[in-house]
Amino acid sequence: MQLPLILRKLFRRRIVLAAAITLVVVVLVSVFAGPLSGLDPSETAVSQRLSYPSVSHWLGTDELGRDLFARIAFGGRYSLTIALLTAVGSIVAGTLFGLIAGFFRRLDAPVSRVVDAMMSFPDILLAIALVGILGPSMLNVVFALVLVYTPRVARVVRASTLVVRELLFVEAARAVGVSTLGILWRHILPNLMSPILVQASFIFAYAILAEAALSFLGVGVPPEIPTWGTMVAGSQQYAHQALWIVLFPGLAIILTALSLQLLGDGIRDLLDPRLRKSM
Amino acid sequence: MNRLEVRKLSTFFDTDEGLIRSVADVSFNIRAGKTTAIVGESGSGKSVTSLTLMRLLPRTASTQVSGQALFVNRAGQTLDLLTLPEPRMRAIRGNEVAMIFQEPMTSLNPVFTIGEQIAESLRLHKGLDRAAAMAQALRMLELVEIPAAAQRVREYPHQLSGGMRQRVMIALAMACDPTLLIADEPTTALDVTIQAQILALMRRLQAETGMSILFITHNLGVVAHHADDVAVMYAGRIVEAAPVNDLFARPQHPYTQGLLACLPGQQRKRVQTVDGKRRLYAIRGQVSSPLAPPPGCAFEPRCDKAVAACREAMPALRTDDAGGSARCILVPEAASV
Repeated sequence: MQLPLILRKLFRRRIVLAAAITLVVVVLVSVFAGPLSGLDPSETAVSQRLSYPSVSHWLGTDELGRDLFARIAFGGRYSLTIALLTAVGSIVAGTLFGLIAGFFRRLDAPVSRVVDAMMSFPDILLAIALVGILGPSMLNVVFALVLVYTPRVARVVRASTLVVRELLFVEAARAVGVSTLGILWRHILPNLMSPILVQASFIFAYAILAEAALSFLGVGVPPEIPTWGTMVAGSQQYAHQALWIVLFPGLAIILTALSLQLLGDGIRDLLDPRLRKSM
Repeated sequence: MNRLEVRKLSTFFDTDEGLIRSVADVSFNIRAGKTTAIVGESGSGKSVTSLTLMRLLPRTASTQVSGQALFVNRAGQTLDLLTLPEPRMRAIRGNEVAMIFQEPMTSLNPVFTIGEQIAESLRLHKGLDRAAAMAQALRMLELVEIPAAAQRVREYPHQLSGGMRQRVMIALAMACDPTLLIADEPTTALDVTIQAQILALMRRLQAETGMSILFITHNLGVVAHHADDVAVMYAGRIVEAAPVNDLFARPQHPYTQGLLACLPGQQRKRVQTVDGKRRLYAIRGQVSSPLAPPPGCAFEPRCDKAVAACREAMPALRTDDAGGSARCILVPEAASV
């Protein structure tokens, strides 16, 4: 199938199209944060603190007079980067462990028990504990979240590997003389792309929420780095005076996470129509 | 010259219910450029035999294999397929010994084009680069008479019919010009007209390349037309082995006789009409469980000619003057007639 055809099928549902457009806008605003806002996100102006949204400050200013739009735009860079790294990291690690557990029967039990043990912790609690031990930094947040989401991916990949492994073409590939590594890499992995792709989009969404939650709880990214989470966390005590300073970063989180989820749903429905849920 | 000499091959599966002897003491030869067919009903161990020879038994099963499978490769060396180290076995699979399977619908990888899948084997064994392998893949598709091969080579398995896919599987198996082709019920999943085409194709390729074929099937009609030597398996053992003409003309073992009598065309010749109706002959009963084999001959509970001595011990495979052999205590008398 050609790419335009796939996209047309994917976007046949308007809500998936809307989600994709929202994501593109969020990414573009984050990437071109500087030229778009023309302001420094850390430049304080105490005289203009907590000002309403206006022509000079599109979304108003926060408690230190920093431009909220600039901060959300720059914050998007950090939030999206953290989420992207988390998604990539946990997909790579989870796929590796899932393939190993699903393909090599001897390694199934050890890997699966570790995965089960890790999944029995509440996600956010495990992440809090990890960042608490490692110390707050962007990389540590990514590391903690990768550790939290890897078992999730591993479980899905293992289940799919168990199915694909038994298909006749795997045996046929062996009969052609393909090595075990070659069978895993060239014959099994490509057949797992749809569940992996769907997991990637969901984990991207979870990671944005989790980063925000960690930052809000004070165990995430250091407060001087503007992410959507640190913005909500830092401004919460001013919320009753100036609702917008928590509303807008919060909206950014909700819109991005929701769009990612919807896109993930759309991709899953496209790849596996049997799982389609009525929206 | 024998391409493959299988000697006393046994395959056991260690299951929770006990040790199951799926293939027991199987010996047969495949002559160079000739076709040996293994015939038997479901569960007789014929597929396990082929998988054992390819060392493709599922790694999940705890299997034990004994015996020898002496294979003469292109260079004239004799190798025991059962004890060869895995890397050397991998170099033989798909290269010297190729295999085609019963289910053409599922034996191709759905996410690659058929050209890429044929090319993979060529790149693996012949060291061709991508472009050369794809060009050779196209020639292979033309060899197996796939129409519009230039277009098909870029298509995915789901775009092909069952017969076309089996042709692709044959092209894939033939890609490295193997000396032995193991065909495990290659036509069972296809409809009859396609079956005939595929069999004709395999014959043509055998005539052109001089490869040997191990043909696993339960279809006696196919055996009669396409095999040179036949081994009949029952409950994991070879019960009769003979050149194809002898086997069909003078079946020795009661099981072989029963199988032939089951064929509608044969029945008219062999079985007289009973109370005015022509009934198709059927071998009564069913295959005994491998967990509780009968004490004597495995076929004894179903055999019309069984005598008391049959219940005492498994008869040995006895060779007669014509070069055939049968595992039945009644055979020597029959052979001396």
